[in-house]
Amino acid sequence: MKKEWPLWEVFVRSKNGLEHRHFGSLHAADAEMALENARDVYTRRNEGVSIWVVESKHIMASNPENNGEMFEPAQDKVYRHPTFYNLPDEIKHM
Amino acid sequence: MENNNLYNYILGIADNSLILGQRLGELCGHGPSLETDIACTNISLDLLGQVRSYYQYAAQLADDGRNEDTIAMMRPEREYVNVLLVEQPNTDFAYTMARQFLFDVYHFSFLTQLQNSADNTLAAIAKKSIKEVSYHLRFSSDWIKRLGDGTEESNKRIQNAINDLWTYTDELFHQTEADKQMISEGVGVDTSKLKEQYYNEVSSLLKEATLEVPESKYFQKGGKKGIHTEHMGYILAELQYMQRTYPNLTW
Repeated sequence: MKKEWPLWEVFVRSKNGLEHRHFGSLHAADAEMALENARDVYTRRNEGVSIWVVESKHIMASNPENNGEMFEPAQDKVYRHPTFYNLPDEIKHM
Repeated sequence: MENNNLYNYILGIADNSLILGQRLGELCGHGPSLETDIACTNISLDLLGQVRSYYQYAAQLADDGRNEDTIAMMRPEREYVNVLLVEQPNTDFAYTMARQFLFDVYHFSFLTQLQNSADNTLAAIAKKSIKEVSYHLRFSSDWIKRLGDGTEESNKRIQNAINDLWTYTDELFHQTEADKQMISEGVGVDTSKLKEQYYNEVSSLLKEATLEVPESKYFQKGGKKGIHTEHMGYILAELQYMQRTYPNLTW
């Protein structure tokens, strides 16, 4: 039998209308315990209105060795970036 | 002092939470895992927060220069009136959870009733505290089930803890003179009416956790009258050290 509890990732929505954000990780024997632990470790000071937990093994992560092909497209395809539009001044947050 | 019974009644409630909070606080940095360590100290902080409201109210009634700190930390052992259950040591995580569970079931039903107190301040403190205590009860109940229905070893340990602490449960329902007087005035909770429900709830959860309900009918008492177990002096030594070494210290 494994002695260590599995690792869980914790996502907390800090207010209604906002999305859940990754807060951190913790150990727990099952999903229910993970939720309770998350409540105790991360949300005791009114930090959230909703918690998601997911066992870390279910997260497929990109490999840092592949960062080149994943995240650094050739810079010469200007047409892939929407830079040819003139934005009216009234539009903010673009 | 105008209302000695009310003052003593408040200490009867507050001392339970103070001493249990102090016990749980001992686990800070020593819990079995980071997560349970934080959970136990969170419960401790909840209890100490509730205790402040009670002692502030008691200080206001005393009206003789005592404040929440002196009431909480400067009394001699015989003047603490907490039940024996809450001063029992954290022997291991099973004992810690068994003590918590046996207290939480009582605490939750007590506060549920205290919300209807004729005393507005006590009713308000009860209303404020009950959300926290309902979480404590959920937390400790879950652990009783996990340990009872877990491995052979965890089952054995939690059963031992429940058996050992069982002898302290009856005292939760004992009534002092102050208790009786406050009940007759509609201020206090008539704990004799909570007893049957308490043992029903505890028994049904123990069965769900595949644990045996202890049959022993021999019960310890004394805490409510200031007669404590040998653990109490050590708890107070630690609890009172700062206030006695540096009287009136502030942060």
